[in-house]
Amino acid sequence: MEQTKVIVGLGSCGIAAGAKKVYNKIKALKETKDLGFELKKTSCIGMCYREPLVEVVDDSGSYLYGDIDEEKAIEIIEKHINQHDPVREYIIHSDMFETEDDEYLKDQVKIVLRNCGYIDPENIEEYEARNGYRAIKKIAGQRISRMDIIQIILSSGIRGRGGGGFPTGLKWKFAYDSKADDKYIICNADEGDPGAFMDRSVLEGDPHSVLEGMIIGAYAIEANGGVIYCRAEYPLAIKRLTIAIEQARAKGYLGKNILGIDGFNFDIYIKEGAGAFVCGEETALIASVEGERGMPRKRPPFPASSGLWKKPTNINNVETFANIPWIIMNGAEAYAKYGTEKSKGTKVFALAGKIKRSGLVEVPMGISIRDVIFKLGGGIRGNKKFKAVQMGGPSGGCIPEYLADTIVDYDSVNATGAIMGSGGMVVMDEDTCMVDIAKFFLDFTQKESCGKCTFCRIGTKRMLEILTRITEGKGEMSDIEKLEELAYEIKDNSLCGLGQTAPNPVLTTIKYFRDEYEAHIRDKKCPAKVCKSLLTYEVDPEKCTGCTVCARNCPADAIDGEKKEVHFIRQEDCIKCGMCYTKCKFDAIKLS
Amino acid sequence: MKDTIIKILGQFPQNNRGSLIPLLQKVQNLEGYISSDAIHAISTHLRVSRSTIYGVSSFYSQFRFNPPGRNSIKICLGTACHVQGGDFLLNALSLEIGIKPGETTEDKRFDLERVACLGCCALAPVMMINNNIHSRMSVIKLREILNRYA
Ligand SMILES: Cc1cc2nc3c(=O)[nH]c(=O)nc-3n(C[C@H](O)[C@H](O)[C@H](O)COP(=O)(O)O)c2cc1C
Ligand code: FES
Repeated sequence: MEQTKVIVGLGSCGIAAGAKKVYNKIKALKETKDLGFELKKTSCIGMCYREPLVEVVDDSGSYLYGDIDEEKAIEIIEKHINQHDPVREYIIHSDMFETEDDEYLKDQVKIVLRNCGYIDPENIEEYEARNGYRAIKKIAGQRISRMDIIQIILSSGIRGRGGGGFPTGLKWKFAYDSKADDKYIICNADEGDPGAFMDRSVLEGDPHSVLEGMIIGAYAIEANGGVIYCRAEYPLAIKRLTIAIEQARAKGYLGKNILGIDGFNFDIYIKEGAGAFVCGEETALIASVEGERGMPRKRPPFPASSGLWKKPTNINNVETFANIPWIIMNGAEAYAKYGTEKSKGTKVFALAGKIKRSGLVEVPMGISIRDVIFKLGGGIRGNKKFKAVQMGGPSGGCIPEYLADTIVDYDSVNATGAIMGSGGMVVMDEDTCMVDIAKFFLDFTQKESCGKCTFCRIGTKRMLEILTRITEGKGEMSDIEKLEELAYEIKDNSLCGLGQTAPNPVLTTIKYFRDEYEAHIRDKKCPAKVCKSLLTYEVDPEKCTGCTVCARNCPADAIDGEKKEVHFIRQEDCIKCGMCYTKCKFDAIKLS
Repeated sequence: MKDTIIKILGQFPQNNRGSLIPLLQKVQNLEGYISSDAIHAISTHLRVSRSTIYGVSSFYSQFRFNPPGRNSIKICLGTACHVQGGDFLLNALSLEIGIKPGETTEDKRFDLERVACLGCCALAPVMMINNNIHSRMSVIKLREILNRYA
């Protein structure tokens, strides 16, 4: 009989939801009562909407418990462990019976996320036990040649998962063909799209898969130096990567003459990002690693011929690298079996926003956006209407409901004006204002523009000014044309991807939601009731308790009312700052 | 010069341009901010001009040039947090502690910064206080959470 295991999910999202408390509670119970089960840690399994998660694996099968707090944990230990009676009520997934949450998992194909949520990421042996470091051992054992590896990656059809979608095998070939004494391989873990967290989950949940991918890449292109550029906002990912690198060194997967391959010397260092979106762009990233301001450089020369310290350099994204060991183990054909003609394999998406089940899903390319949002994601929260999904972050766009049958592959998503991007999907409902979203992204890119190109630096500022004007009800009909004109100028005249794609959120919202722009301009109305200046604030006499909080906090002194009596907002003095709305604890401020 | 800075400099090779950013990060980690003294010392150690160091450090939003509060609040205004009321949360938070992003309270209890995504988008809106992430935030939860940080 195998010992019963209790596994707690300790990814960032789990911890944020309270998983550490749950873990400590279970640990205390186990120790004080001397209970005979094994307590283990893992990372995020992708069901963030159910965090904290606790899995119990016993003789009869596995049971995943969701939304667990300390009290529920006590109950699970008491009933499931001590009395062998699983607490059905809290189980969200099991191999013993069907649950509602099965929908979330059913259509997923886990290649990148193969180990996430299954292993303790801080324990290299658990990675090894699930075929880990077997791909690089296979290469060493069978003496697979560099060209053969590159050919396998080429035939698998995998394209870069960082957003650009460039064929990975081809990139490796360019780097291999550039001859030099020193070459570098860089893992781009800057994950700049605000609203995406695939890379964080992989780094926290399965750091060794990324290391192994890099080691294979290094062997293939003959690199001797490796860098992981990880954003500083991910402290847990950095901690786990650091542990993983040390373990890999201790086991001889990093260092000199790796796995007995004569002359194969390779090691990896972590560089922490310092908070600049543009540093996700490969040439800016290189500048940043060199200790400079993170400004993009002109290409050519491409990094493959002259990159870090002017040496040939290959840069891939976290998810790209995590795929590599699987492809080597299972073959190019097994990988290419998934996906569409031009987009092979699977893609991880980070579902967030107004969706019921938010978290990470890995699906074969070619599945429709609608299926991802409604079948896996369970649709929109609170029975609201689905309006659009934002893909590709600041470089992407908003895909409207009526195009939801678009399939996910690079070309189909591009055709909508959005981009596949790194895999963030932020779902929006009827309460999201599309002009506000366009303004949100422009505000972001305007701040993050490195300032090198005039069109990007000043153009985005001008666009932001126009958008701000529109959301304040001061826009003119000609502003829409002005926005479009500026957008095309910026796209055409910017040096790097940041500027070339910055206008996309504006262009797609104008294309699909022109009526919302017109409502703001012509009728001075925000249909989604988001743009503060266009709203009227009123006190709901039914709900107001006369607590005076709104009156005391109103910076314009526009609210009258005695204590314990219904208050009143003088519209002529209201500056529409939204303070009363934020401050009221009784939901008594109405927007119209 | 402060001992901490001397110690940090000792861990980085001299005249090595590539270690500028890691060095600045280390200084900020231990000192809380980049003082002009620190810049001076780094400049001599790496043989990089002070203006270059200012140029590099001011480019990155991570670096600050004034002392932080005892507790650092980072409020997320990424896409997922934005569509779920991150702005309202920031407004309420600003009101509660009386400062805007980029500032520190007079009693040095809090400093406030806005960030674009903490990677916990599934549990939006979120904010981070000293590396602890608080998820599914609401104006109502705010005061109770702030009370935990003295
Ligand atoms: C403004 C900008 C930001 C980017 N941010 C990222 C990022 O955060 N992560 C990433 O992997 N790639 C990012 N990229 C793409 C990289 O430049 C590069 O194409 C990618 O890392 C290559 O890896 P891949 O081929 O595996 O996708 C960004 C590009 C631009 C123009
Ligand atoms: S958008 Fe706030 S955590 Fe990602």
